[in-house]
Amino acid sequence: MTAFTVNGLPVTVDVPGARRLLDVLREDLRMTGTKEGCGEGECGACSVLIDGDVVNSCLVAVGQVEGCAVLTVEGLERRGRLAPLQQAFIDHGAAQCGICTPGMLLAAHALLARTPSPSHDQVREAIAGNLCRCTGYTKIIEAVLACRTRGS
Amino acid sequence: MAVPLPSPAPADAVGRSVPRVDGRAKVTGAARYTDDIVVPDAWYGKTIRSTVPCGVLRGVAANPAFNWDQAVLVTAADIPGDNVVQLIRDDQPALVEQEIRHREEPIALLAAIDRDTLEAASAHVRVEEDRLDPILTLDDATAVLADLLIDKGNVDRALAEAEIVVERTFSMGHQEQLYIEPQGAIAIPTDDGGVTIYGSLQCPYYVHQAVVRTLGMPEHKVVVIPAEVGGAFGGKEEYPSMVAIHAALLAVKARRPVRLVYDRHEDIAATTKRHPGVIRHRTGVRRDGTLVAQDIEIVLDGGAYCTLSPVVLSRSAIHAAGPYACPNVRIRGRAMATNTPPNGAFRGFGAPQSQFAAELMVEHVAEALGRSSIDLRRTWMLRVGDTTATGQTLSESVGTELVLDAALGNARPVSLPSDPVRRHGRGVSLVFHGSGFTGSGEKTLAARVVVECPSNNEYRVLTSQTEMGQGTTTILAQIAADALGVPLDQVTVPPQDTSVVPNSGPTVASRTVMIVGQLVAQAAAELRQRLESERPPLRVEKAYVQPSWIHWNDAQYRGDAYPAYAFACVVADVEIDTDTGEVRVTDLVAALDPGKAIHPVMVEGQMEGGVLQAVGYATVEEMKMEDGGYVNDRLATYIIPTSLDAPRIKTVLVENPYSGGPFGAKGIGEIPMDCPAPAVIAAIHDATGVWLDELPATPEKLLAAMST
Repeated sequence: MTAFTVNGLPVTVDVPGARRLLDVLREDLRMTGTKEGCGEGECGACSVLIDGDVVNSCLVAVGQVEGCAVLTVEGLERRGRLAPLQQAFIDHGAAQCGICTPGMLLAAHALLARTPSPSHDQVREAIAGNLCRCTGYTKIIEAVLACRTRGS
Repeated sequence: MAVPLPSPAPADAVGRSVPRVDGRAKVTGAARYTDDIVVPDAWYGKTIRSTVPCGVLRGVAANPAFNWDQAVLVTAADIPGDNVVQLIRDDQPALVEQEIRHREEPIALLAAIDRDTLEAASAHVRVEEDRLDPILTLDDATAVLADLLIDKGNVDRALAEAEIVVERTFSMGHQEQLYIEPQGAIAIPTDDGGVTIYGSLQCPYYVHQAVVRTLGMPEHKVVVIPAEVGGAFGGKEEYPSMVAIHAALLAVKARRPVRLVYDRHEDIAATTKRHPGVIRHRTGVRRDGTLVAQDIEIVLDGGAYCTLSPVVLSRSAIHAAGPYACPNVRIRGRAMATNTPPNGAFRGFGAPQSQFAAELMVEHVAEALGRSSIDLRRTWMLRVGDTTATGQTLSESVGTELVLDAALGNARPVSLPSDPVRRHGRGVSLVFHGSGFTGSGEKTLAARVVVECPSNNEYRVLTSQTEMGQGTTTILAQIAADALGVPLDQVTVPPQDTSVVPNSGPTVASRTVMIVGQLVAQAAAELRQRLESERPPLRVEKAYVQPSWIHWNDAQYRGDAYPAYAFACVVADVEIDTDTGEVRVTDLVAALDPGKAIHPVMVEGQMEGGVLQAVGYATVEEMKMEDGGYVNDRLATYIIPTSLDAPRIKTVLVENPYSGGPFGAKGIGEIPMDCPAPAVIAAIHDATGVWLDELPATPEKLLAAMST
């Protein structure tokens, strides 16, 4: 049994501790917003936040998240309202095919939580572990920069 | 037929970057891609592949000692219909019967109740193969998959009379599409003995026809529904037929739903790539720079089966002269067979290879003449009234000069001084790309669309064009809304379920906006007219009728190859580390003539994503081959650009309407892939003085070239 929270809600799963967090989220908890792109930690499509840190959930055994707070893309929306970052992704054309978008949003969310007003280079750095094949990253970076909350 | 201009209000959707229809689902995680679809009681499927690049299959045996109650094995003997993957030529089997032509051929299929049982079962299947000597390189290849000749004027005489003749050979390797969502399909047997397929695919009717043929089912019993598609870039044009056939075969034999979703390793190892090739140019000019002859020979490696090679070769050849006017042009093209996994569709479809060579030839000729290559482009470039290599006289919407001026005008002043280690350079390229199928392709296909009004203030656009990120569902709705003269939110574009939508053709060839979008505009305009005197429900269906001015001769490869062309120009700035040979593209200005940008942000998005793919093609994306297979068939070893590798990209749209496109729009999906590679190579030369004629420009190649 492993107990942790997902998007603020407590969950307990009765699965082998070595089962990938990605599979627990997608198959046991039926939260398919988290995607599998490579299964070996290279593409970032499966990025989630564990206690605020970006991790590739394909490389995390569920046993490792005992007592942790996991945030997935499904947890960004609040009471049916999009988070500013989600809205910015739509407004700036940062989502095309959308398969990298959940992971990309979480990487950006983690950045903005720590660095509310990142520079262009800090944004590029923060999403470097998340591959996108559609956008050339340009509009993703624009969307994240549009969500800066202090300074400029 | 001309589309009547809509009244000013409320027809204001076209030209505005409205929020994309699928945006909310994609940013909340609600969008359902193939592997996200929950199907109760579905089994998991797997493909057993050959291990030799060339050979004979002696047998597939299932161990009777294993408990097969919860697993099923499918071999070629189980195929109810024709054992082919239907496309152009019936050469590729769905499952090997005897002959093995490449290392990743599907030999048998397995499905089981869960993943553990699937793995256990696969240990109980024995495959016996005999190895034969493979043909692995273009040098050794003898079997011709396709060939063609474009011949204009008298090239031999013009070359003999030319004052300067420059000759050069270029080559390029494979490129992987690397959509982030791997291939997959789910097949669900239906009560009437048919099958419903959900999958990640570009061409619902290609898959439909392929499954009908191999499963031996009547057309109405096969239904194909694309799930949300996580990127495709041509990679999901043909291979999804294979995946869907396999899932369907398993589902029929297991009598239950089967999910067949590739992991990344299998996806890279087995699915199609951009064709590698060798392209030889001889260009004849006068001393004043006048272009008199282009003699071009293209040889592409098609891999083990025909797949789409004849049409890739065709598009490659038609674009091989570049966007230039030359009185004497000969283009000979061949696609050869090798014992390597088949190559196929990838954004650009042969044109990135041939225009890489064409653009570098401009550089080499300019160097021979001691002139600026930009001036030479201005001298040679196609303008209204000029004639292409296939003899097509361009009568409108020729944006060569517009995009060249726009790109140069928006490039930063060259200011960075080079030091001995870090050197900077700039390169330019100019390309064109035909929209729609080649020649008589659209006439033969005869795409059909439906625009309907089921009830007041509710409109639906039915086509088989899939949404794979490029914005189909938003853009077709914009076009329909303005042609109907209704608010955008009254128009919906339902899923491309083959039991619902007509066959408007595949989502390929930069054809969705210009060809299908124009049909949608025509149908919407007619519906609007009928609504003046009739009441809903109303439904208007339109089929493609080739404009009467288009003439194409397939036998001679002459005539109007495409109704219109998009044009683009790139200025690329690079920084070279001369110690490591690393090439960093720092800035890239891309100017594009899209005709009319239906949705400017999405057009920019196509450009930005496409040029970065092409920067990858030019610099880091290299497939290494060994014994007929890809060595670096994982994301850890096949490198694509990250956000840190991406240049600052500036996109400039220069509208230049085409009268036959919806609101003036042309197709722009592929052209972004055509232009950056030659600009990057020219920039490397500018920085280092070294010409690389082989893609990609890896550090190893650059260091080797600089040391000679």
